[in-house]
Amino acid sequence: MKAFGSGHGACPGCGLPIAVKNVLESVAPCFVVNSTGCLEIISSQYGKSAWGVPYIHSLFENAAAVAAGIEVALKALGRTDEGPIVVFAGDGATADIGIGMLSGMFDRRHNVLYVCLDNEAYQNTGNQQSGLTPTGCYTTTTPSGKMLPGKLGPKKDMVAIALAHKVPYVATASVAFPRDIRRKAKRALDFDGPKYLQIHSPCVTGWGIEGRQAIPIARLAVETGLYPILEYEYGKLVRVRKIKQRKPVEEYLKLQKRYRHLLKHPRGYEIMEELQRIADENAMKFGLDV
Amino acid sequence: MIRITLGAVSKPLESLKIKTGDWGAEYPVIDEEKCIGCGECEIFCPDLCIELVERPESKKEESKKAKKVAKINYNYCKGCGICEVVCPAEAIKMELKEIYKGELK
Repeated sequence: MKAFGSGHGACPGCGLPIAVKNVLESVAPCFVVNSTGCLEIISSQYGKSAWGVPYIHSLFENAAAVAAGIEVALKALGRTDEGPIVVFAGDGATADIGIGMLSGMFDRRHNVLYVCLDNEAYQNTGNQQSGLTPTGCYTTTTPSGKMLPGKLGPKKDMVAIALAHKVPYVATASVAFPRDIRRKAKRALDFDGPKYLQIHSPCVTGWGIEGRQAIPIARLAVETGLYPILEYEYGKLVRVRKIKQRKPVEEYLKLQKRYRHLLKHPRGYEIMEELQRIADENAMKFGLDV
Repeated sequence: MIRITLGAVSKPLESLKIKTGDWGAEYPVIDEEKCIGCGECEIFCPDLCIELVERPESKKEESKKAKKVAKINYNYCKGCGICEVVCPAEAIKMELKEIYKGELK
């Protein structure tokens, strides 16, 4: 039986099903825990479940805690051979609402693979700012106008937060490279304890892009250095995706409606320079350039 | 003892009864001559409606390139066009559905 099936309700061109099906390709059969978010809405409406593996959704904030409970229960029942436990959570559920539970799960060293599907805002409720929304991004809670040039703060560094918990396996990936997702999901299961995988996934409506552009835009985020693809094992950076010719961030920004105000806003140039500085810093820090 | 009756339990893969194929205005068409059977479209398709199948015996000799060919299940394809973009052989083209052709009256 397929682990994830057709007929789900995702928008045409959505990145989430690509991430989910490729993770499940490597880890199924498994137990799936889902937080509230787009993925829950599109795949688990009553009578329209798209899941072929055991699936549970409880609340927005407690996906990590539920997964921890399942892991302990399976251990107590002696059923540890039935497959790993995988959490699929959105960026808001990971970085804002559920960060306490996530921190607790990391701290108690539960044997759980936590996958954060990062589409950079609360896209399920219509594009509100989350902790993982990047600088300068238009959302309905950080609108661009006289007062604001989009979001002011930086994107929360969840990878560093996971590393600070001494999580044995931490990695980022992008839906533009699904084979990389498959390899990382498989590699993660070799580690005992908590695992954190963050997958960059385009949102058609929130980012203001066409469905067919989703993959090229996700690829551009990597190629500009704004979304570095990293892999840490026991706190050490073991692999990065090198970029042959790093592109200017403007190329990535101008394709999306959520950034289009930067081209005419009085402070837009400032923000664009800031984003370029972040990309340069990433390239320096992780050695992205060949 | 709590009893869970079937009324409250969702069955696996019930989504298969939802035919999402009529969502989009466009649909992909595969040029079987050009298809190199690499599976790139299969791995990217968000609706899981592309699969690689064995090329029919009669056509195997004509195209020596690949033994496999991509096949689309139009019951679920939402016409996003991702397969057209990612195809390295440019074998997939999006076409407008018949009912959307012509002028508005």
